[in-house]
Amino acid sequence: MRRFLLISVPYIWLLALFLVPFVIVLKISLSDAAIARPPYMPTFDWAEGIWAFLSQLDLENFTWLIEDDLYWKAYLSSLKIALTSTILTLFVGYPIAYGMARAPEEWRPMLMMLVILPFWTSFLIRVYAWKGILANEGFLNQFLLWTGLATEPLQILNTTTAVYIGIVYTYLPFMILPIYAALDRMDDSLIEAAEDLGCSRMSAFWLVTIPLSKGGIIAGCFLVFIPAMGEFVIPSLLGGSDTLMIGKVLWEEFFSNRDWPVASAVAVILLLILVVPIVLFQRNQQKEQESDT
Amino acid sequence: MTLKTVTIVSTIALSAAVASADEVRVYNWSDYIDESLLAKFEEETGINLIYDVFDSNELLETKMLAGGSGYDVVVPTGSFLQRQIQAGVFMPLDKDKLENYGNLWDVIQDRTARFDPNNDYSINYMWGTTGIGANVGKVTEALGEDAPIDSLSLVFDPANMEKLGECGVHFLDAPDEMIPAALTYLDLDPNSQDSDDLEKAAGVLEAVRPYVQKFHSSEYINALANGDICVAFGWSGDILQARDRAAEADNGVEIAYNAPSEGALMWFDQMAIPVDAPNPEAAHKFIDFILDAENMAAASNYVYYANGNKASQEFLAEDVIGDPAIYPTPAALDNTYIKGPYPQKVQRVVTRLWTRVKSGT
Repeated sequence: MRRFLLISVPYIWLLALFLVPFVIVLKISLSDAAIARPPYMPTFDWAEGIWAFLSQLDLENFTWLIEDDLYWKAYLSSLKIALTSTILTLFVGYPIAYGMARAPEEWRPMLMMLVILPFWTSFLIRVYAWKGILANEGFLNQFLLWTGLATEPLQILNTTTAVYIGIVYTYLPFMILPIYAALDRMDDSLIEAAEDLGCSRMSAFWLVTIPLSKGGIIAGCFLVFIPAMGEFVIPSLLGGSDTLMIGKVLWEEFFSNRDWPVASAVAVILLLILVVPIVLFQRNQQKEQESDT
Repeated sequence: MTLKTVTIVSTIALSAAVASADEVRVYNWSDYIDESLLAKFEEETGINLIYDVFDSNELLETKMLAGGSGYDVVVPTGSFLQRQIQAGVFMPLDKDKLENYGNLWDVIQDRTARFDPNNDYSINYMWGTTGIGANVGKVTEALGEDAPIDSLSLVFDPANMEKLGECGVHFLDAPDEMIPAALTYLDLDPNSQDSDDLEKAAGVLEAVRPYVQKFHSSEYINALANGDICVAFGWSGDILQARDRAAEADNGVEIAYNAPSEGALMWFDQMAIPVDAPNPEAAHKFIDFILDAENMAAASNYVYYANGNKASQEFLAEDVIGDPAIYPTPAALDNTYIKGPYPQKVQRVVTRLWTRVKSGT
């Protein structure tokens, strides 16, 4: 009995925080928009019974998503931005994590703090700070003009470049921490052994360090990719009007068209797309745990 | 439950009940009031005021349609208000509770009655036009002395925009304002719902799209004032605020606002009470407080928007009542149009066109 209770806790958690909200969204995605409060029909009414409700549902909103090329272009563009920024974050994050793991023991807690510290400030404020840095009259451009590296201000803010900078900056700790954890666990004598057996430093890195930190790399990549895919705040604050991302399309459906059913359909599809990497991530985590024990 | 938790729970329940008794929550546009008025309201009435802001009608409308927003007074624009009334979002005002109701200006009341028949649900807060804000120095530099800063051709003619693009142009991120402006430029009915007309309007916007740096509905105030951009198509008072901020900063930036000579969209922001407002009694008190002639004048003097309050006019500063960019001359008032809401199907077409204009897809 106790065992059963213990196991049921995570399932109740999932049910309340994931499944129930998802069913509500799914339900709205099968309704029709209306000028009412809330702005869709039919709304579920217990008195009429579940069959009366089900009989009024239709898939029109999903076929709409296929007919208009805006949606799949937005999904693709989000996918591209999420993938590119994941790779960029990996390239920036790995050397930092590596440096942290190689640093003297007594420095490490401090370095760890430096990575975590920015989290104490609101994410929104940090993204806003980037607006000040990247603006035409901002710090970066003033610095570039002052050094003579640029002769006129670079247009960075309101472009996709700014979105990449924002995503890499925001999600960097999610990349660094799992890689650092993996590298920290690694036994240094393995490198020594590789070098004793004739490996150069470079090839020891590629043949020993990278494979041993693979778990951390994969975890970090998923932790960056999954939220970046549905990102809304960063593209809307830093991106230009031509930065097409599904989060913005979703916003537009909700707020400009006030078409909650289509917005919900977009969200359902986004979730289905993300289920694949989430399941892969889960598998990877499980394998890691098994190999640890 | 122990005695202690019972006490805690009942204290929380009590304090919640007390809080709602003398608390009023107001949701208004950003940069839209003299904030000293907020303290004055609390002082005069003893009601605790929670003041929250937004910068798009779409955001407000979604909160209203979702229901349970917790706000007692909200300020949607006329065409949005009209649809929200249809959706049953607002309660009719109890005009007997508004002692200052007689202060309202009939010229504005007649116009707002087109959105809110008989003005049953709303009171005009402020009104203005949508037009062109220009950094005079930079625009002259780009286009020469005779730059058409009071004409839609400044922002819709690709030849002009090509030269302005480099110093930065912002448009409102509001299809309900930009599409009618483009229709006016084409000499078509700004309220047209015909898909060919809308398509042509989108064509005008697409032609100048490459030279627009950003579509946003509040950033241009700062961007204009700092000299980051040289032209913004936006709301009259916001641009006048930018003009003032630049003058205060004394940074050599000179901003001018002009309502388009081809015809300007005239809009009205209306105070209304949601049907599920927790404290409608206090909401009426807040609206009545704003309706007071001196209070309304203080708000207008601060934000540079005209109001629908006739009695407030004697308290308005000379640079407000005397500025034709804020209080247009009767002839200029005739050169304005009012835009109604789009039906759902047309709204979808308009938003889709707008997305195409903005993102190229």
